[in-house]
Amino acid sequence: MSEYVLETQNLGISFGGLKAVQGLDLKIKKNQIYGMVGPNGAGKTTVFNMLTGVYHPTTGKVFLCGEDITGKSQETINHKGIARTFQNIRLFNNMTVVRNVMVGLHNQKEYNSGFITSVLRLPKHFRVEKQMREKAKEILRIFDLEAERNNLSCNLPYGKQRKLEIARALATNPKLLLLDEPAAGMNPNETAELMETIRLIRDKFDITVLLIEHDMKFVSGLCDEVTVLNFGTVLAKGKTADALNDPEVIKAYIGG
Amino acid sequence: MIKQLKNVKWKHFVNYIVVGAALIVFAILRLVGEDVPRSTQFLLQNISIAMILAVSLNLVVGFLGELSLGHAGFMCVGAYLGGKIASLLEATLGNGPLTLLLSLVVGGLCAAVCGVIIGLPALRLKGDYLAIVTLAFGEIVKVIFQNAAPKVFGGTLGLPTPKYSRHELYIYGFALVLITLFVIQNLMRSRHGRAITAIRDNEIAARATGINITKYKLMAFTISAFFAGIAGVLFSYTQSSVQAVKFGYNYSIEILVMVVLGGMGNITGSLISATLITYLNTVLATKLEGDSAVLKDMVYAIILITIIIYRNAPGLKGFREKYNFKNLISKIHTKHHDPAYVKDDEAAWDRVPTKIHMDEILSVDVSVDVSKSTLTPDKPSKED
Amino acid sequence: MDILTTLINGLSQGGVYAMIAIGYTMVYGIAKMLNFAHGDIIMVGGYTLLIFLNMTGNPLIAIAAAIVLCIVLGVVIEKVAYKPLRGASPLAVLITAIGVSYLLQSIAQITQGSNAKMVTFGDMGVLKFGELVIQTKTVVTLISTIVIMVALSIFIKYSKTGRAMIATSEDRAATQLMGINVNKIITITFAIGSALAALAGFFSLLETPQISSTFGAMPGIKAFTAAVIGGIGSIPGAMFGGILLGLIECFTAKVPAIAPYTGAIEFGILIIILLVKPSGILGKKRREKV
Repeated sequence: MSEYVLETQNLGISFGGLKAVQGLDLKIKKNQIYGMVGPNGAGKTTVFNMLTGVYHPTTGKVFLCGEDITGKSQETINHKGIARTFQNIRLFNNMTVVRNVMVGLHNQKEYNSGFITSVLRLPKHFRVEKQMREKAKEILRIFDLEAERNNLSCNLPYGKQRKLEIARALATNPKLLLLDEPAAGMNPNETAELMETIRLIRDKFDITVLLIEHDMKFVSGLCDEVTVLNFGTVLAKGKTADALNDPEVIKAYIGG
Repeated sequence: MIKQLKNVKWKHFVNYIVVGAALIVFAILRLVGEDVPRSTQFLLQNISIAMILAVSLNLVVGFLGELSLGHAGFMCVGAYLGGKIASLLEATLGNGPLTLLLSLVVGGLCAAVCGVIIGLPALRLKGDYLAIVTLAFGEIVKVIFQNAAPKVFGGTLGLPTPKYSRHELYIYGFALVLITLFVIQNLMRSRHGRAITAIRDNEIAARATGINITKYKLMAFTISAFFAGIAGVLFSYTQSSVQAVKFGYNYSIEILVMVVLGGMGNITGSLISATLITYLNTVLATKLEGDSAVLKDMVYAIILITIIIYRNAPGLKGFREKYNFKNLISKIHTKHHDPAYVKDDEAAWDRVPTKIHMDEILSVDVSVDVSKSTLTPDKPSKED
Repeated sequence: MDILTTLINGLSQGGVYAMIAIGYTMVYGIAKMLNFAHGDIIMVGGYTLLIFLNMTGNPLIAIAAAIVLCIVLGVVIEKVAYKPLRGASPLAVLITAIGVSYLLQSIAQITQGSNAKMVTFGDMGVLKFGELVIQTKTVVTLISTIVIMVALSIFIKYSKTGRAMIATSEDRAATQLMGINVNKIITITFAIGSALAALAGFFSLLETPQISSTFGAMPGIKAFTAAVIGGIGSIPGAMFGGILLGLIECFTAKVPAIAPYTGAIEFGILIIILLVKPSGILGKKRREKV
């Protein structure tokens, strides 16, 4: 078992000559809340896409708990233990809230009922469905969404949709949770509440969190360490307060 | 909420009840020796075939969300290979239920294999491209059966197949509809069905959530093709010979019309529209003569276009919400305003200023007034 | 010499496919939809030709009438059926297009009957180059296609409207923000595509002078195949794909053993190309935003 939950070595990708990200070395320890910040277009989401297998990196390697997962498919990477949310929310809009979370539970071994069991509706099918529903409700309760469980997910207000997306990701039982701008579009109260929730799920589910966020108050209040990206390269990294006060970082953000 | 759940379950059983009741009535009539008229038997056969086709296509189009324009191709495979097996078995086993059963299984499985083959492109292609590949597949199947091995499949003359006694075939037909419903409805109500719907709703999110896209796309295509194959075998039994020309692109479109008319992802709707269209086709075929028979195609086309535009046009969203069937019903039942339903734009529009002066920096507070809007009626919101 | 004749026939047939394929590709590139009814516009053009030819006896008037009517039809279809669905799911748009195709075919069958009708433009004779004997109409088709394609390429590359078309196909929202009336550009695209369809109808009838309500369906689907093979959205791709398909068709028809399977071979090639290179031979790869 490696010391780090996530480790990347010299990770990089180029799109037709443009080096979107290069030379990224991330080292994230267990149970850390790790931040990734940087101006728009710095390549943060691209990093997420490489970590989750949407893009295949042109250089470098990704290790999850010491296991090389570079170039694996999105599904496999999820099964290995990385779950994510998206910058532009991607829910299953025509499903109810509870079903969205149940899709997240789909691959858990304890809920595995085969094709025949399902089609013939054997007792196991009903048992598994019930267990899944209970588990999903339990997760929704953490996010204060239990009351909405039978509403269609597309009818939820924006902030709750973001929370539901986290709940769904959490349902896949990840080791590492990637959150892409979780606080975007939330008001200060909601943001504060979300910080609490993220800490809570970190402890309750014993996971590690890597997040992208523009809200500096959010990042400095929550993250243990950060990496600052600019034009696809690492500008600074280390303890949150140090990295954010780095003169280079301030220059990149404010300009100068 | 509980009421809603009850409705959902009821909706699934109503299909079994109606089709099952029809089946029992026909079976009893047959047992007591009371036959329905020959023309009705013919109609009922065709209705059962159309139902199987529409429900199975709905699995791919409605639930998986991919357009298949080659459904008749799968049916063609079933009709030819199942029909061939039937004519071979007829010599030894006779033209009985056993031959029918065996040829149904063979025809269905052969079509299912084709379903896997056509499902493979579906893993790489989406939308328009996949639609055109399925169309191409249907045409290829047609051309092959028309030309390959004329001694085996009869070439352009068609494949002679055993004809089943009409007095019983429609009863078997409805039994097969029941099996189709059983498999597809139960599948969609399970975790597997949830995975298939998740792929339709958002493929990227489904993959990130760990859903095995390959498995479920192939599953949907294979099952859909299997039942299309079964419909094909059934069809071959209603004819004295099958001709590949019948299974062209136009037939695939006709099945698609049934699915769209009944509502994509709505199985009850597929059953109703399959019945309706088959019935109208049969009635109109006797009423309209020559080229005016095409009048019905024209009407179908217009209905298809109108329904799709009405249901999907972004510009008609407000209209749809206002004059929705469900809303009209609920207006009749509940006179007071439902507090659980708050529209997005009710977010305090009266607080948005409508005049902006020059050089003014304006900030607008459009947060929802919690006292008025009650999205979570059972507990006070923590916001504000 | 036989090979040379087949080659020229193939090129001419391919030219007709290319002309139809350009209509598909332009609409796909700019309106981001597969206009399934495109093939049936060819059929409407064909019937218009027939009617006006019988009325006036002058092929040029008939061609002009067919072009005008097809343009009007193409634009009306876009406004009535496709425009309301802009921004809706691609599946909905595709099914509507199929519905329009179905509608046009059934109207044609009701008004014109299901039996094929003959359309004759008079015999143009043959051209002889030493031992090589070619039908004049084949040469006419070939030369006209080349002229039309060159003209279209120049129009798109150098005219203001053409450049607006390229911009719209790249990024519709950004083009709109630049002050270009995207609706107008889409209308013009449909008009050009439909005019080309009318011409393609004329050249097809020149080759095989028979028309029925399904006259445009197969050439339409095949031309779409050509557009996809060449890379949909790319005009050179459509030309290349069209000519390739025409050549394949004419050469496979010469080999008795595989001649009945011509259709299957063409579609088989389509499936293989889509699987190996989904963006087509000359198409650009687009990355889906996540």
